[in-house]
Amino acid sequence: MEELMQSLRESSIKAILECESAELLEQLRVKYLGKKGELTVILRQMGKLSAEERPAMGQLANKLRADIEGAIDKRKTEISALMMEKKLEDEALDVTMPGQKSVLGHKHPMYNVLDQIKDIFIGMGFEIVEGPEVELADYNFSKLNIEEGHPSREWTDTFYFTPDSSVLLRTQTSPMQIHAMETRELPIRIIAPGRVYRKDEVDATHSPMFHQIEGMVIDKGVTMSDLKATLNLVVEKIYGKGTVTRFRPHHFPFTEPSCEMDIQCHKCGGKGCPTCKGEGWIEVLGAGMVHPKVLAGCGIDPDVYSGWAFGMGLERLALGEYKITDMRLIFENDVRFLEQF
Amino acid sequence: MKLSRKWLNEFVDLSLDEYNDRDFAEAMTISGSKVEVTEDLSESMKNVKVGKILTLEKHPDSDHMLVLTLDVGKDEPVQICTGAWNVHVGDLVPAALHKSLLPGGIKITAGKLRGVKSEGMLCSVKELDITEHDYDYASIKPAAILGDYKAIDPEKPSIAADIKAGDKIFGTVIAAEVKKVENAGFKLWKCTLNVGNGSVETVSDCQNIHEGNLVAYDTKKDNICSLEDLHAKQEEFPHCISDGIFVLHENVKPGDDVAKMLGRDDHVVEYEITPNRPDCLSVLGLALEAACTFNKELKLHEPVVKGGAGGNVNDMAKVYIESPELCKRYSARMVKNVKIGPSPAWMRERLRNSGVRPINNIVDITNYVMLEYGQPMHAFDFSCVDGGEIHVRCAREGEVIKTLDGTERALSTSMLCICDKNKPVGVAGVMGGENSEIVGDTAMVLFESANFNGTSIRRTANALGMRTDASSRFEKGLDAENTMRALQRACELIELLGAGEVVDGVIDVYPEGFERTVVKLEPDKINALLGTDIDEQTMRDILLNLRFELDGDNILVPSWRSDVEHYSDIAEEVARFYGYNEIPTRFTGAISTCGGFTPVQSCERRVGEICRSMGLDEIITYSFISPSYYDNIRMPEDSPLRDSLRILNPLGEDTSIMRTTVLPSMLEILTRNYNFRNKSAALYEIGKIYLKRPDGLADEPKIVSIGAYGPDMNFYVLKGWVEELIGGIDNGRLHFEAEKENPSYHPGRCAKVWVNDQYIGVLGQIHPEVAKNYGVDAELYCAELSFDAMFAVKGCVPVYKPLPRFPSVTRDIAVVCDRDVPAGDMIECIMENSGCYLKDCSVFDVYTGHHVAEGKKSVAFSLTMRADDQTLTDEHAEETVKKALKALKENFNAEIR
Repeated sequence: MEELMQSLRESSIKAILECESAELLEQLRVKYLGKKGELTVILRQMGKLSAEERPAMGQLANKLRADIEGAIDKRKTEISALMMEKKLEDEALDVTMPGQKSVLGHKHPMYNVLDQIKDIFIGMGFEIVEGPEVELADYNFSKLNIEEGHPSREWTDTFYFTPDSSVLLRTQTSPMQIHAMETRELPIRIIAPGRVYRKDEVDATHSPMFHQIEGMVIDKGVTMSDLKATLNLVVEKIYGKGTVTRFRPHHFPFTEPSCEMDIQCHKCGGKGCPTCKGEGWIEVLGAGMVHPKVLAGCGIDPDVYSGWAFGMGLERLALGEYKITDMRLIFENDVRFLEQF
Repeated sequence: MKLSRKWLNEFVDLSLDEYNDRDFAEAMTISGSKVEVTEDLSESMKNVKVGKILTLEKHPDSDHMLVLTLDVGKDEPVQICTGAWNVHVGDLVPAALHKSLLPGGIKITAGKLRGVKSEGMLCSVKELDITEHDYDYASIKPAAILGDYKAIDPEKPSIAADIKAGDKIFGTVIAAEVKKVENAGFKLWKCTLNVGNGSVETVSDCQNIHEGNLVAYDTKKDNICSLEDLHAKQEEFPHCISDGIFVLHENVKPGDDVAKMLGRDDHVVEYEITPNRPDCLSVLGLALEAACTFNKELKLHEPVVKGGAGGNVNDMAKVYIESPELCKRYSARMVKNVKIGPSPAWMRERLRNSGVRPINNIVDITNYVMLEYGQPMHAFDFSCVDGGEIHVRCAREGEVIKTLDGTERALSTSMLCICDKNKPVGVAGVMGGENSEIVGDTAMVLFESANFNGTSIRRTANALGMRTDASSRFEKGLDAENTMRALQRACELIELLGAGEVVDGVIDVYPEGFERTVVKLEPDKINALLGTDIDEQTMRDILLNLRFELDGDNILVPSWRSDVEHYSDIAEEVARFYGYNEIPTRFTGAISTCGGFTPVQSCERRVGEICRSMGLDEIITYSFISPSYYDNIRMPEDSPLRDSLRILNPLGEDTSIMRTTVLPSMLEILTRNYNFRNKSAALYEIGKIYLKRPDGLADEPKIVSIGAYGPDMNFYVLKGWVEELIGGIDNGRLHFEAEKENPSYHPGRCAKVWVNDQYIGVLGQIHPEVAKNYGVDAELYCAELSFDAMFAVKGCVPVYKPLPRFPSVTRDIAVVCDRDVPAGDMIECIMENSGCYLKDCSVFDVYTGHHVAEGKKSVAFSLTMRADDQTLTDEHAEETVKKALKALKENFNAEIR
């Protein structure tokens, strides 16, 4: 009987080790350990043994059962590891194949820039106001200290709706200064972006419709120092920290003193290059202290309140930001253009 | 404004060694006179020297070239070949030597011309970047050299090839051989001719005659014939041209630098002058700014006129200002015994370097004074002024004038003119008339120095289409106090140049006189505006330097600074010279506003975000369109939307009206992309439309405009976008309704969309006829949604709903109903009538055809049911389905299939 068990041990372990699948392994378990299995057949002969032999044989048989079971479990783990490996191998993909297309729309590049600027000013406590594009000459000109007879009021420069030149398409966002001063409570800190119109033929740098951003602050104790500090901060946000700026005198009818703000050319560092047309500086905006006459005209006492304002062209900013060489692309709206941004 | 630094130096010591162009430009720009560019004129012309012709021979291997040797001030003469014939031994000529540079970047090096050494090039006026107007003596008159003759028709030559001295050409014209050529004075040549039967001597003003030439000689007129005299065409004498070398009649010697002779040893600074500073459109104005900028002395010059030509101008001429509102002042002086001629080199140089063409001494003086003083002037030939009277008045109906440029111009009654007793002799401040032009034999000149209304001058110049140096100055509004100074300067120059004799007396009509502007000096207010702490003395010094006068606290503003009238203007003057960049950079006001986006602005941003997340690209389109675009989108003739705001002075028809609908703009962009062969496009714009208001202005509501085409595009994709977009903003009940009436859209593929009772807009496929109008052979899809309406029904902040704890159950049902029953209505009906367990209902199949009766369709719905407090039982599900079927039967006569 002992030999029988020994031979069962040998044949079963061998068969288990050679087994390749989970199903066959289960069949082996039934074959060796099942109710009618080979071990059971051997154990049935236990009755023939003497009482002295029985415990030793029983022990031997139990060990054999445990060993076969152990071998089966071990082989089972091995087989499932092998199968997983094979499965993973079968599932391997060419990860260099292109991803499945998912469409995302694009913001117009100019509005990308506008939104950036809005966020900068919002962060500094400004609000955004919008206003009419079909405007009264009074707001676009007269109340901004641009007198009757000023060249910009000519029909060759401005689009008019009425023969008496009283209604027009605004030529600048500056009338928003007047609207704000007339309707809002003091203090005022606003920017006013929007479309403006001038009688320019379309070319690489001109369009009869373009965009400006106006900004204005009215409060007690506002100074040119303030103007410089704020605009310096804005320009650093747009062009990066450490951007060198300069302010130089200029003329706008509705600000006094007036200035233009330049940034040092980032390409040549001020030495002069084609980007800055050899000047070393690039003009970014016009600004100034709100003319006391304009304040008074809007019912604000210039002896108590002062303010500053600025205006900048959005197209030129966007063209510079993205190195776009022709303004016509902005309004052409070719998807191959739009999808670059 | 172009400023010659040599000229500037006459008034302010600012040598190039002390301040190079870059430093000069930077400092001027910072103090408020913006420099556009600077140019070193000598950079463009190098190593061009005066040469004296020593010898002249024919080129051995060319029938038209000459070989010269020249003294160019070096030890050895140089040899140069030239194709021009107007040169003679002894002439002084500009020679571009080996390694020289000419304007336009042309480099000259030594080389060989047909085998003969040529160590440079002789230059014409053109090659020196000047014209015969700069040096009127440079004009060239060629004689017809018979050896150059090329018959147009070789079969029938007018001049025989074997013609020889003495042969008759026609009439009294015979061929003659030139034996000798000698200089006979300024541009004149004494030629000894062999006329066959003897020799004659004649003096010719043609410059291309050389010994050995065969010429045509008119025995009767005793002159050597030009092409004109022979009635010959240029092509018959290809080398007898009025072009050639610039023979110099200047005070120069061999080896002198030609660039210097031409005044090119100068640097020119070009300024952008703002319209409030017409005083800076002058050398003196800029000199004052420069003196203040560099803290230098301004050396002013007071003109002195000797006069004494006899008589008094007030007895000879009378001036009447008939439109005093358009002419503040009219000053005039008379010059007798005028000798017209070229002005001296120094004056021509300065004019040229300032961008003004020299013409003759009288005209040059008016231009010189205009540049120096900023005061445009005019000179009349007084003999052409009828009655000796000048009337400054507006043109009369029907009056015309031929201006100096030779153009006949019809005048309108708003145009100010300078007239004599009978007729206009000039358009005031714009251009003189040809009828009183300074010509060669002008003997009496009346100099005008006047002040005209700027706006009037600008409008006249624009209307006549001739903006001149004078009008562009007048239009800015000039200083009336300046007329007399300028007039005196002009007369001084007349005497200096010996161009005439100045008559005593001055005409000066100045009805209103000058009232000085006085502004109070308020240092505290100025510092408060600037955010500075500048002391009063500094302010006073700056103002005094700028030639403001101070009387206690009163600032007396100079007459040329009409832009200064308020303490804020004084603040700018102070700041300019204190330095804008010296003003401290600090926040002086308290930030006392909160800032932020308004709910409308946030909503607009949200709309953009949703559109982009669905794959739509943002576009920006023009607000103005063409009226014909309404026809393109088939807008009915009687549609109130056709009543657009019309621009009275548009750039063109295409941009002439303000759009009342965004549809044409979107279609234009879709079409453009289609024409660019882009396979697909999906676009959006949040754009305004402009609706006429009774007060003449416009309501400008925003429209969310969506447009798309492409292989993946259909009505339901568009509808899905609209559903997501509106659903992402609003949380009311979204509702679509078939729209068959909108003529821009496909009648069977168009819907109106509502949220609750709020109409939002329209969406659908563009009508194929409309697409055809745009030349597009594809399905275009558009939606026009009112942003304001979407915002009006915008949902409030969402409130959390507990997540379902029990599973849902799905049941499918199919019914048969009439084909025209809208599925959307059936879904709404099911949702409303099936009780509390129904959570969702969708259509998953619509079928017509086999097994379904004619005019009927089968619609299959999927119902999702769930109870919030327990697992749904079969009974509950059955009950819900029954309710749904019952409602469909009652409302649409739909039967279960």
